[in-house]
Parts: sequence; structure tokens; C-alpha cells
Amino acid sequence: MNQSPDIQSMTNSAVSTRTSRILKELAKAPFSAKLGLLIIVVYVFAAVFAPWLAPYGESEIVGKKYVLANDTFLLGTDNLGRDMLSRIIYGARNTVGIALITTIYAFLLGGITGIFAAVIGGWTDQLLSRTVDILMAIPALIFAMLLLSIFGTSVPSLILIIGLLDATRVFRLCRAVSLNVVVMDFVEAAKLRGEKLVWITIREVLPSISAPLAAEFGIRFCFVFLTISALSFLGLGIQPPTADWGSMVRDTADLITFEDYTPLIPAAAIAILTIGVNFVVDWFLQKTSGLKDEF
Amino acid sequence: MNSDHNELLLEVKGLSVEGFSEDKWHQIVNGVDFCLNRGEILGLIGESGAGKSTIGIAAMGFAKPGCRINGGSIQFDGLELTTATAEEKRRLRGARIAYVAQSAAASFNPAHKLIDQFSETVIQHGLGSRDQAYADAKELYSKIRMPNPDTIGFRYPHQVSGGQLQRAMTAMALACRPDLIIFDEPTTALDVTTQIEVLSTIKDIVEQFNTAAIYITHDLAVVAQMADKIKVLRYGESVEESETRSMLSDPQKDYTKSLWAVRSFRKTEQNVDASSLPLLKVQNVTAIYPGTSKEVLTDIEFEIRPNETVAVVGESGSGKSTLARVITGLLPPRQGQILFEDQSLPSDYRSRSPGQLQKIQMIYQMADTAINPHHKIRDIVGRPLTFYLGLEGQAKQKRLRKLMEMIEMDPDQYLDRLPGELSGGQKQRICIARALAADPSFIICDEVTSALDQLVAEGILRLLDRLQQEFNLAYMFITHDLATVNAIADRVVVMLQGKIVDQGPKNEVFQPPYHEYTELLLSSVPEMDPDWMDRVIAERLAKGGLKSADN
Amino acid sequence: MNNILRMLAQRISLGVLTLFIVSIIIFLAVSMLPGDAAQAILGQAATPDTIEILRKQLGLDLPAHTRYLTWLSSIVQGDFGTSIGNGREISEVIGVRFFNTIFLAAFAACISVPLALVLGILAALYRNSYYDRTVNALTLTSISTPEFFVAYILILYVSVKTGWFPSLANVHADTGFFERLEKTFLPAVTLTLVSVAYMMRMTRAAIINLLSSSYIEMASLKGMKRLRIITHHALPNAWAPIINVIVLNLAYLIVGVVVVEVVFVYPGLGQLLVDAVQRRDMPVVQACCLIFAATYVSLNLIADILSILTNPRLLHPK
Repeated sequence: MNQSPDIQSMTNSAVSTRTSRILKELAKAPFSAKLGLLIIVVYVFAAVFAPWLAPYGESEIVGKKYVLANDTFLLGTDNLGRDMLSRIIYGARNTVGIALITTIYAFLLGGITGIFAAVIGGWTDQLLSRTVDILMAIPALIFAMLLLSIFGTSVPSLILIIGLLDATRVFRLCRAVSLNVVVMDFVEAAKLRGEKLVWITIREVLPSISAPLAAEFGIRFCFVFLTISALSFLGLGIQPPTADWGSMVRDTADLITFEDYTPLIPAAAIAILTIGVNFVVDWFLQKTSGLKDEF
Repeated sequence: MNSDHNELLLEVKGLSVEGFSEDKWHQIVNGVDFCLNRGEILGLIGESGAGKSTIGIAAMGFAKPGCRINGGSIQFDGLELTTATAEEKRRLRGARIAYVAQSAAASFNPAHKLIDQFSETVIQHGLGSRDQAYADAKELYSKIRMPNPDTIGFRYPHQVSGGQLQRAMTAMALACRPDLIIFDEPTTALDVTTQIEVLSTIKDIVEQFNTAAIYITHDLAVVAQMADKIKVLRYGESVEESETRSMLSDPQKDYTKSLWAVRSFRKTEQNVDASSLPLLKVQNVTAIYPGTSKEVLTDIEFEIRPNETVAVVGESGSGKSTLARVITGLLPPRQGQILFEDQSLPSDYRSRSPGQLQKIQMIYQMADTAINPHHKIRDIVGRPLTFYLGLEGQAKQKRLRKLMEMIEMDPDQYLDRLPGELSGGQKQRICIARALAADPSFIICDEVTSALDQLVAEGILRLLDRLQQEFNLAYMFITHDLATVNAIADRVVVMLQGKIVDQGPKNEVFQPPYHEYTELLLSSVPEMDPDWMDRVIAERLAKGGLKSADN
Repeated sequence: MNNILRMLAQRISLGVLTLFIVSIIIFLAVSMLPGDAAQAILGQAATPDTIEILRKQLGLDLPAHTRYLTWLSSIVQGDFGTSIGNGREISEVIGVRFFNTIFLAAFAACISVPLALVLGILAALYRNSYYDRTVNALTLTSISTPEFFVAYILILYVSVKTGWFPSLANVHADTGFFERLEKTFLPAVTLTLVSVAYMMRMTRAAIINLLSSSYIEMASLKGMKRLRIITHHALPNAWAPIINVIVLNLAYLIVGVVVVEVVFVYPGLGQLLVDAVQRRDMPVVQACCLIFAATYVSLNLIADILSILTNPRLLHPK
């Protein structure tokens, strides 16, 4: 189209004001939120550059079993003689990566069905909602264990099963927040204009629910991440020799009775990331719904 | 009563209140003075944002959560409330200063019976026993003509209708025979026929017990009935104050004059050709909501001609908004049909053609929820241009600018704003522009001015009138407000409980001989005459009792 | 009252229906397994003929719905079948295990419920104070922490380094009550630390929501004392949300025990389930899942019923 130069520059300045607004908000953010962001950045860095950062290979046996921390093995070695530090760094890739993929999958599945259930309503909504009710009647961890015992504990089945179970929670949330928007007059106006359902969903509903969805993504990631870690810890999640924090706690658990901190390191790796994400989400939630809480 | 009408009860000087929002403190009330003698009623009037409720509640030494009193003095019967201890203020509240809230339904605790909430104040302030309070409550209920005064107190709030609940709250405020009662818009949420009863209750009681009162409202005619003197507020500051009659007849300030003048607006007479073919014909429509069995509309039949404004008027539950849903196709009727330009419209909007949808547009009550807060004005108004008329690029931008000029808003300034950056009236103008963009011949206006301040509402009515002249539009104007009907209607349809009880040209419907319900409605609308209410109540009592949908 | 009875009947029948469907899901899920119990019992070396004979004996040749009904009716009579792993009657083991799990969850609930309610109410009353902010950060931290992390920290500091409490919760049928309390102390504290945060945050939100209602403001404008506002005006309307918080938390505890039981080697239902899943002992998996799900559904049902029974609007219909 014939976009005039000043419209062009206006969009540019709009982008730059948005960036500067975000930066300004960041500067004003509480300490906990800044800490959370820093944690996330560090983890992402470790995950992306794992092969360059790790002193040894992921499942390479480089020394004796249970070597205490020293100059060669900064965090010691595990029950098979693999370097703990390298495995922790690779764990960022595996554990976080798998949790992230699972969350995205859960979001696509639960989010799309949830929003459409709300927009379409009627029988479609009833059918989907009742199915989700039933799936949610069984506690997630128990259901996951049942399904894993049937389909086996491979990474793909882990992703599919946890993703499906968490999709039910995403569905509930998306449906609820979309329902609040769907009853708005501007959606009715769009319907009466003759707009297609897909247009209504994308143009009218999505912009109004993006903030709660973003927060839910963070919260959902924490749940998925903790569930996968718990399952791995129980020996039902990510399987050896893949470096994974939950399994690493399990592998080195016996050391705790010898006053050795080793099993706490991967456990702390899990906890710190979840704390970081939760701090950021909490700040975000207060920013987007702050007024409601204030008065 | 032995108290002296000239004894000073409350003196407020230089009152300032600030509120916290968006990380900053904002001044809500700025240096307001007034005083009140025993038995005197002060009306506080102003539009939204005038700070009238904040002042009312500050007179109790109280500030809403997120607000604080940051200046001035409040002397109540010798006690300085701004410096009084929390305990001193607590002893005053309920016992010597009582409060009546706008929504009785929300302000009564759902877990306790009405009479227990009445006696709680008496017992907790140590002013009487439970039995005494019970007896007093029954007597008061009977005095304000509540039905079954001996038993109604033993009901829970949700078991009582809205008007009765508001009266019960007035009775509760009187429980300790306070010196001062603050009425915060006590009738705003009520229907007009219920409002008059609550108003007369309040007036009776305040006179009988010689209680001083601060009456807060946005409705001039209401305050004219209630107050001895009126204070006009704007933006948290005092505009002027004087005795009621002189304030009504001879306001000094321009702002007050403009407020007073609002009610005089009348639309331009339309040359509606009575023989012309109707644009819209509603035939024999009966409707129920899915999953229920009660008819919300029964045998509705009326017509709208081109270039004509038909006002559909009725109280809550009369089915007037449901009628709009049936016409737009959101609620397919169980029986009957809608004819538009002599062609039968499919009953479900999903089966209507874009051309049919385009010709009938709708404007909503709440402009806030009628436009998507995440879209720019350009996209909101531009969408129908693209969707119906296929306009793009230069042609679309040109048309957009034209539309903005039609609604008297500067295109350069507003097109790229988000709705959140506009005032309530401006948002409603955007809704009008969006409806116009579709190039319709018929617009349904659903209570479009109810959520707006009077001056703003008048502007919207004038705009709609002008647009009707320019584009030969027909309006169906749904409203509960007879003043609006008077201002804008050519013809009137009166609805009651899902049925049309009266219809015809405005001059016939609003002139004697009246239909019985129309007369009740008309006679219940407060007038600016301070003697109006006493007269109406006297007339009705003479005719054999009050009636309303509520009793 | 009729209205309430109807609602209760509705909820209860819905709960029973849910349980029924859940049992179908658990049954069907297992029958989707490649191979079946006969194969599993006899192992890879078995000939097709012997498997066929065993299948007949076990009734595996019957159609799915017949097998389901047989399975369900024997469960209703308390017969969960036999374990493939050790051939023992599942009902023998499962009773003790279930009791142990309930004991641990109840122990944890006794500490965490009162603690969470008090902390939550205080945080709501002193909203946005330093106390509130600190508690908020602490609870966020505790929500974010995996159970095993808390458990191992406790083991390291309270058990291994100081020897105050045992790190193994190896109780038997003849362990006395107080010894049992001592042995399950660390698991119970772990569960408390992890669950108290959820409950506290929910309590805080519920109370804040309540305190912002008009009738609470009205009560204070009527000159009521703060204590009376809380006990007389807020509390009668707070039962439903508080009960909800407590029951949801109990449901969470029942499931949360799985990891804790494994860490402390506590002979509960959770550990039984984990072992069974690892060994693919499907009858045991089925039995455990069914019991967990039934407990969970029942708890949610109880929450529903109690909140109906404490709702003033429903108690005094028009």
C-alpha cells in the first residue's frame, strides 16, 4: 500500500516508545522481579551455550564415583563418575527444554480449545468442558503415573502425557477468561456486523486475554517443570543417560546420609528457576491487575 | 422535637481529600466548606467526578480505602473529626451519624435478618436492648408503610425487593435516632415508580425525627424535593450554594445554569409521513429465553417509519432490551416475525445477509464495553467501512475523517487514540460513528445516555437528532428515562412486564386521557418544582393508596 | 429447604457419576496395554497355548464390558485382585498402606491448616504491609520448591547433622502412636512447608475479596468494632471460601504424599504406586489410582456440599 513516510516514522516511534516504556517499567520493578529476570537470563544462557560452558561431556564418565568437589570437578562426580557441573549445565538444556516444549504444547492444545469453547458455546462447549471435568477428576500426578506405566517412560510420551494433563488446566483458564470477554458488547457488535468466528476470536477476544494468558504461561511452566522433575525423581520421567536435574537428585540421593550436599545442587537448580519465574509472573500480575488489588 | 433549627450541627471548612491511583496521590476534593444546622437537609449535587460521595463520607470522618483526608476541618457537634481518635469516631458512627448507601442489596449482610441488622446498631452502641430494638424496628417499618411490618424484618436481605430493601436501610439508619444521616444516591438504582416511594419515605422520616441530612445525588429534580439548601459541586470544588428555591429559580454560575437548562432540550420536529411504508414492522412477537418457560415478550406489535424516532419506554424487567435482541436476531422469537423494508428478516442474525445486517445498527448503553479497549479508534470505526463497503486506503481514510467530523471530534487528535484515553461521552460518540460507518437506515439505541452525565447526555441527544436530519435515519430509542423520551421521541411504545400497554404519537400518549400505567410512570417522574412530591403523594393517597410494581 | 436438598442430590449424583467414569477410564487405560495380564504373569517364554489357557482362567477372553463389570463388582466388595509382582492379594497390602498415607496427610493437615488460615488472615488484614510482602515472597518461594528439595534439606539439617529426628519413616503395623508421630514428623513438616503456601495465598485472596464487600464497609460505618466486623459480618460469609481452601488443600496433600513417601521410604499408598508403575504391576496400579482418585473426588464433593450448606442465600430461600 501507499504508506506515507510519516506513517512509517510514526510506527517506528510507536515501537521505540513501547520499548522505552517496558524499560521504564523494568527500572521500577521490585527487587524480586529483577532477581527473577536475572535468573531466567542465566538459565537461558546456560541452556543455549551448554556445550561451550560445560567442562566435560554430558554422559561422559570422567573419574571415580562420588568424587568430592575439587579443582578438576568443581562440583564432584556422581554415582557413575560423571562430572556433576557438566551435567547440571546440560540439565538446563534437557529439563528446561522438555518442560518448555510440554508447556507450549499444553498451551496450544488447551488454549485453542478453551477459547473456541467460549466463543462457540453451546454443545461444543458442553462436550469439551465435561471431558475436561472428567480428566481433572483424577489428580494430575496420579493420572500421569497411570499413563506413563502404560505408554512407557520415553521423552515423547512424557511430553504428550504431561502436556495433555496440563492442557486441561489451560483449557479451564482460557475458557473462563474468554467467557468474560465474549459477553462484552464489543463482541456482540462484531457478531451483529456478521464477522466470522475466527476473526472475532483473533481480533476481539485474543487482545483482551493476552495478559492473563502470559501470566498463566509462566505459572503453567512452573507446574510442568515441577511435575516432570518429580516424575524424574521417582524414576518415571526423563531416563538415563540424559542429564536431568530430577534424576540427578535421585542418583545421588544416598549421599545425603553422609552429610554431602551433592543431591541438593540439582534440586536447588530446579527450585531457583521456578522461584525466578514465579517472581516475574507475580510482578506481571500485579502490574496488569494492580488496580483491582489496590482498592 | 425540642431541638432548635438554628443550632449548628456540622461545620466543614476547607475539606480536602486525596486518592491514590497510578502510583500518585490525586486531589479528589479541594477546599470545600459548608455547614448544617439541626434538622436541615443539604443537597450535594454534581456530575460524576465531582467528589460528592467522598465529601458525604468524609462528613463521618471516614475516607474510602485508598483515599485520605488531607486538609480542612470537620466539626460535628463540637468534636473535630479530623483529629478525633478512631474510637471517638466509631462511637459517633451509626449512633449519631448514619449512612444510607446507594445499593442496599450489597450493603446489607446476606447472613443476617433485616431486623437483626437494625438492632445491632442499637445494641452495640449500648442504646437499648434487643427487645426494645425489635419493637422499634416494627414501629418504624409500619411508619414507612412497608408491607407486613411485623414480619418483614425477619426476612433475609435477598428475600426482599430492591425498593423495600432501600426503605429498610433508611429505617436502619434511624435505629439510634441519629442527628445526621448521609444519603448517598439512595434511589439511583431504582425504577422511577419505586423511587418516589423511597423518596417520600426518606422525606417523611427526616421531617418526623427532625434529623439533619446530607442528600447526595446527580438528579436535580430529586434534590429539589429533598433539600432545604443545595450545593453544586464540580471537580471536587464548590461551584455555588444557596437555599433550594432560589437556587432553582435563579442560579448564579454558568455551570449551574447549563445543568438547569439540560431538561429543556427538544428534538427537531420530524416530517414523518404517516402514510409512508413502515421501515421496520414487528409482528406478533413472543419470546422466551432458552431453557426457561416464562415469556419475556408477549404479542409485541409495532412499526417504525423511515426518519422517525420511536421510544420504547419501560422499567426494569419490562422486556425493552429483550425486544432489541429479538430485532437484531440475537434472540430468535418463539412466535411472530420482523419485517424490514417489507421483507421478512431471518430470525437468527447468523442467517441474515451482510446487507440486512448493515442496515440495522446498534448503539449500546455502556460505551466502555461496546468498543474493544485494545483497538485504536481508527480500527474501530474503520472496520465497518472495510467490512460492508469494501473501502481501503485513501478512500477509507477520507471517509474516516468525515465520520469523525460528523461526531464533532477532531480526526487528527483522536483517530490514533485508544478508547481508554477518551471520556465517557467521547466513547459513546465513537460508537455512534461506528454505527454510521455502516451506512444504516435504522439504529437501535439501547439506553445510550443512561450511563452519562446530564450535560454529556444532552450533547449525545443533540448529535443523534442532527444526524437523523442529515441522513434520514430511523431510531428505536430504548430508555427508562421519561425526560429522554420527551426530548427525542416522535412516537412512544410503553412496555410493562413483556407487553406493550400503550403506544402512539408522543403527543397523544403523553397527554390526557392517559393509559393507567403511563399515568403512573409520568406522575412518578420527579419535577424541578420543590412541591411536586408532596402534591403527587397527596393526590395518590386521596385516590386510595400508593401503587407500584414493588408493593 | 427443598432447593438445597435438590442441589445436594445433584452434586452427590454428579460425584458418583464422576467416580464411575473415572473407574472406566482407569480400567480402559490398562486394557490398552500391548499384551495382557496372562502374558505378564507367564513372561516371554510362555507358549501361546499356555497363555490361552491362563487367559480363559482369568476371564481375559470375555468382552471388555463384561470384564469391567466383574472388575468393578469385585472392587466394590473389597477385592482388588492379585498383584502380578508377588501374587499376593492386593486388598491385604492396600488397607495398611492407605491407612499410613491418610495418617501422614492428616498429620500434615493438623499443622498446615491452622497455620495457613492464621497467616492468610493476617496477610489480608495487614495488606501491603512489610509482613504481607515478606510472606508473599516466602510463599512464592515455597510454592516453587520441589518437595524433595525441602525434604533433603530437612534430612540434612534436622536429621543427619543434628540427629533430632529420624530420616527414615519406617513404621510397621505395631508401631505405637507416639513413635509413629516421631517417625512421620519430618515427612509431615515437608508436606506442611510445601502446601501451606497455596492455602495461605487462597485464604488471603478470599478474605480480601470478602473485606472489600459493601456490607463490611457498611458495618464499619455503623460504628461496629473491628473484632465484631470480623466475627459477625465477615466470618459467616467466609465459611464457604475457607472450607474450599481447606478441602482443596487436603486433596493436594493426598496427592503430594507420593514424592515425600518415596524420599522418607514411608510405606504408604504413594510408594506402592511408584513401585507398581516401575514394575508395571497393572492390577496394583489400577487399585492405587482408583483409591487416589476416589479420595480426591470425594474431598471435592465434600467441599461442594459444605459450601452449599453454609451459603446464607441458599439456606434461606425466597
